[in-house]
Amino acid sequence: MKPSAFEYLRPNSLIEAAAMLEEAGDGAQILAGGQSLVPTLSLRLSSPTLLIDINRVADSAPLEHCDGVVRCGARIRHVELERSTMVRQHAPLLALAMPHVAHPAIRNRGTPCGSIALADPAAEIPACALALNADIVLQNSGGRRTVPAEKYFIGLYETARLSTEVVVELRFPAARSSDRFGFAELSRRRGDFAIVGIAAAAQLEDNGIRSLRLVIFGCEPIPRVSAAAHAMAQGREIGELPIEEIADAVAAELDPMENAQGDAAAKRQQAYAMAKRVMAQLNEREV
Amino acid sequence: MSQASKSSVDVAFVVNGSAISEQVAPRITLVDFLRQRLGLTGSHVGCEHGVCGACHVRVDGQVLRGCLLLAVQADGAEVQTIEGLSSSGEIADLQEAFVRRNAMQCGFCTPGMLMIAADILARREVPSREAIRDALSGNYCRCTGYQSIVDAIEEVALARHGIAA
Amino acid sequence: MTESQGIMGKGVARADARRLVAGAGCYVDDIGAPGALHIAFVRSTHAHAAILSVDTAAAACMPGVVRVVCAGDLEGICKPMQVAMPGLNMPTASLQYPLAIDEVCWQGAPVAAIAARSREQAEDAAEHVLVEYEELPAVVDAQQALTPDSPRAVLGREGNMALDCTFGNVNVAASFAAAATVVEQRIVFDRQTGVSLESRGIIAAFSPLSGELTVHMSHQSPFQMREVFSELLNLPNHRVRVVCPDVGGAFGLKLHAYPDEVAVAAIAILLGRTIRFQADRLESFLSDAHAREAIGVARLALDSAGRFLAFDVEALSGLGAYQPYPRGSVGEGLHMAQMVGAPYQFDNFRARLRAVHQNKSPTGAYRGVGQPLACTLTETLVDRAARAIGMDPAELRRRNFLPAEHTSRTTPAGLEMGAVSLQPCLDTLLAMMQYEDLRREQQRLRKQRVYRGIGIASFIEMTAVGAALYGANQIAVAAQEGCSVRLEPSGTVLCHSSATDQGQGVRTGIAQIVAQALGIGAADVTVRAGDTASSPVGGGAWASRGMAIGGQAALLAAEELRGKILKLGARILKTPAEQIELADGGLRSAANARTLSLAELANIAYFRQHQLPGGGCPELSATRHYAPQGFPYLTANGIQGCLVEVDIETGMIGVLRLWVVHDCGRVVNPLLVDEQIRGGVAQGIGGVLYEHCEYSESGQLSNGTLADYLVPMAGELPDIEVAHVASVAAETALGAKGVGEAGTIGAGAALWNAVNDALAPLGAAMEQQPFSPDRVLRALAVAARTSTSPALAPTADIDSVNA
Repeated sequence: MKPSAFEYLRPNSLIEAAAMLEEAGDGAQILAGGQSLVPTLSLRLSSPTLLIDINRVADSAPLEHCDGVVRCGARIRHVELERSTMVRQHAPLLALAMPHVAHPAIRNRGTPCGSIALADPAAEIPACALALNADIVLQNSGGRRTVPAEKYFIGLYETARLSTEVVVELRFPAARSSDRFGFAELSRRRGDFAIVGIAAAAQLEDNGIRSLRLVIFGCEPIPRVSAAAHAMAQGREIGELPIEEIADAVAAELDPMENAQGDAAAKRQQAYAMAKRVMAQLNEREV
Repeated sequence: MSQASKSSVDVAFVVNGSAISEQVAPRITLVDFLRQRLGLTGSHVGCEHGVCGACHVRVDGQVLRGCLLLAVQADGAEVQTIEGLSSSGEIADLQEAFVRRNAMQCGFCTPGMLMIAADILARREVPSREAIRDALSGNYCRCTGYQSIVDAIEEVALARHGIAA
Repeated sequence: MTESQGIMGKGVARADARRLVAGAGCYVDDIGAPGALHIAFVRSTHAHAAILSVDTAAAACMPGVVRVVCAGDLEGICKPMQVAMPGLNMPTASLQYPLAIDEVCWQGAPVAAIAARSREQAEDAAEHVLVEYEELPAVVDAQQALTPDSPRAVLGREGNMALDCTFGNVNVAASFAAAATVVEQRIVFDRQTGVSLESRGIIAAFSPLSGELTVHMSHQSPFQMREVFSELLNLPNHRVRVVCPDVGGAFGLKLHAYPDEVAVAAIAILLGRTIRFQADRLESFLSDAHAREAIGVARLALDSAGRFLAFDVEALSGLGAYQPYPRGSVGEGLHMAQMVGAPYQFDNFRARLRAVHQNKSPTGAYRGVGQPLACTLTETLVDRAARAIGMDPAELRRRNFLPAEHTSRTTPAGLEMGAVSLQPCLDTLLAMMQYEDLRREQQRLRKQRVYRGIGIASFIEMTAVGAALYGANQIAVAAQEGCSVRLEPSGTVLCHSSATDQGQGVRTGIAQIVAQALGIGAADVTVRAGDTASSPVGGGAWASRGMAIGGQAALLAAEELRGKILKLGARILKTPAEQIELADGGLRSAANARTLSLAELANIAYFRQHQLPGGGCPELSATRHYAPQGFPYLTANGIQGCLVEVDIETGMIGVLRLWVVHDCGRVVNPLLVDEQIRGGVAQGIGGVLYEHCEYSESGQLSNGTLADYLVPMAGELPDIEVAHVASVAAETALGAKGVGEAGTIGAGAALWNAVNDALAPLGAAMEQQPFSPDRVLRALAVAARTSTSPALAPTADIDSVNA
């Protein structure tokens, strides 16, 4: 399985990359980590005429904690988040999610920005971005704009990113010391795509829950915050969450895609189980 | 570089300590380039979609899937293949343990396994068997059932920390 | 043979291993062939269609393309393949052409081939070949294929049935009528494929000047392929050479003659040059021989004491569009049917096998070939019986095993059974498992709603299969193995074996056998194999024969060479041969204490015959073959145990522990044998937990990538504990039986029993493999809706196979 032929450009900056994208029009794609893109080329599922390689751009934001935000630029690899004590401290949900992202050799090269750009329904980073109310920074030839995660995921592999834009930065609000996080993912084998996963972030005030963003991913076209979970958790004491009730509601809300991994009944059952586990984590885990 | 090119691009990088300079079409993957252009056939092609790990190579110190990197992307990098790791002696103890414990049968997955094993062994702490299995989770072996591979890596990890297996 | 402190029985490391860990293996794709053209195939996208036209004009003009080859181009160069097994009552098989003519009968069938300067260019051109198809009705489901008005998988056939045969006798009805208890088990086995990490590959070089075809290919049986190429391409046998270099896993799938590989050889003749092809992973999933697709319904009759009276089996085997050449594929169904109940004593037996064609990829040999299916049917049935009569499953087996003192006899199923050691295997297993403790823990955890399951499965396996299988069916597959040994001037031994090695380490075992017979170190024996130009004629690798048959041939050859060495040594040392000791690389006379190294002996024989008293030209080489005589195969046996935990909330199954106790007779190299067992177990587990080829209703394979077809990786398996019982095979001097398939044969059954044991208190049972989480949840949901009595699982409907 060899890719079809394509042209190759390696711009020095993200602005240049966006300009190339706009000029090339349809048929051009951004090459970042390539861990999802290159297989589609080899499988000839995708035959772009031009690849724009952004792996050497000079203007990629670092991975850093700055002004209450954890920023992650376009060239940052998954493994850097996985190994970062800063991320463990200031964005613990990402630290919980990282070991579930594919396999070590993939994490060495793949990027969180790339994961957001692709928006695979089973991906961990989009779910975390939604749970944390992250901002996604997009670069086009005219400048930059910021889209909040809540507005970014639209449909299956469909996002707010225009085809002339590049995802250049993710900005995660840094965790407060009282925040609680939970993450659980059901997959057939270690490192496989999630059948159903839950990424949850709870903000507390005293010991009460001010907000619970419990995101389900894996079995619907886009990650989704559970309205029911928030409604049932808000105001309750942490440690007194009606776990089973909430898990039931999360399962009932689910409108899963039926595919080889199971029918709707199975996925609701599995979502219920995962939701219970995540809520147990919220109860016990402190930042 | 800012010139679009479809047929051939200049690449220059270091492979196993030797500088190479070639022209390659953008669509050629690094593993195909290493195998076909440089005759370094120790890295194997098992799936061409990044799942089996037979193509593992080390680029700038990181283990990567050679089938998921384009050769042109290795420009300016330092690449090591199993041949390089072997001749440098870096994994001699690991190779010896693999041989003694028969941690391979057909040998096709072995270079990829050794690459990731070298990575596991570079960690500060001694990995548990569970951690070893987890780290190997992206390398497919059909012949062994994995246990002898885990045994060999565990033995070397302990030995390097001065603990008898 | 003497049981001295030799190297037989030692875990000697493989000589190949040093190369392999350095990345210095040599697989087909590693072989350089300057100027060779690369092949990419245009393959059928339909499960069943008529080919109306093939337009190659655009493709032929594309960069790098040397030739676009269609079926017509190979007419006159290559005959079609047609499987024939006269020993079985089968309708005439359809012709299978290397490139399809007029009709394609499975998605993936090769239709045209591009020969280009690179694989990339060949694939580019393949996209521009325009094939006009007219879709034909496809039959995908094996049960549907049985019905009289089913579409024909291949046009013009009277029906889709390839084989309809019965074993045993009708007395079985009386046994069932008289039984105190009857239990029934229906199992649906989904289709699987072997997934060797190295895909199939071939380099075919034809020289028009010499008329010689040289083929390098990733294959298990070079001599078989020499016969095949010679026959199909009309080349004299001696002008065909087949070389099998390092092979990256085979497992039976690399035993066949594939249309694409045959096409490559034919194209080499067509163009008079070197042509190469390596299947990519998508092609592998689509076109490698598939296996295991079957439905089995088995019934067991027991008397009031829990003694087995009779087994009755209905088996349906889904073969795909064609049987592969030359061995066919009915073997899987035949074993599945005939070997049910094999480890046990019983009075009567009946089994019916129906094997049908369908518009799916052809099936073929895959590790175990039907024996895993027979074992799963049998052992799940035995567990069902245990539950029905309230007896512990281990105890029920113990009461019904074939006794050890039983020797060669024909069973009610028509199997020739050699000596077995099932009781000692069971005893050893239960001790290893600490069975009673596991049962107690299981009870304790059940109260906390944690569902663990314990499963055991016993099995008989046919190993070292002889000529009765293929020879009796006039198929040119050698069932013997040969070994040539030669003493080199350096005092080492060069050995050529017909047994081939795809990682099993058989060459190392042979080195040990030869070394021990000649009193030298294993490192001083070089074993080569896999080249028809230099190997003795033999079968290669299949049906677990490497040590059992190949090793026996090596033993015979080494002993003959030993005799010759001693005879020459007697002349030189002036000592009767019986008083010469051969050890540590030399000869020592017990009579006069004179010594002579093997190197010196060889130098005299090769370079200094003039020094020999009495003159002459001594032979320091020997070639011997061995074929199983007086028995169709060697029966080995074993028993496996499995501990699982089923998460009833998610349907996920965790395999916590695995045990194998196996008797393969003499163990030549425990390191190699144990690893063969473990690898086999992993494949057996894979088939029950993860692996299946998913086909749409229109016959399209929907999960043909490594991301979608799930194989077990390191994180999914526990350590596998292995122990041996060794009852040395009496049939050969070596005393080794086969072991290559043992792990696969019993592992699936043990896992089946463990999972059903875990689910039993909930009234649920699995009936189809693989056990995906959603299937587990569905079984639990069904049980929750219908169950009243948790102890009994619902019985199956025997007519469901006949529907």
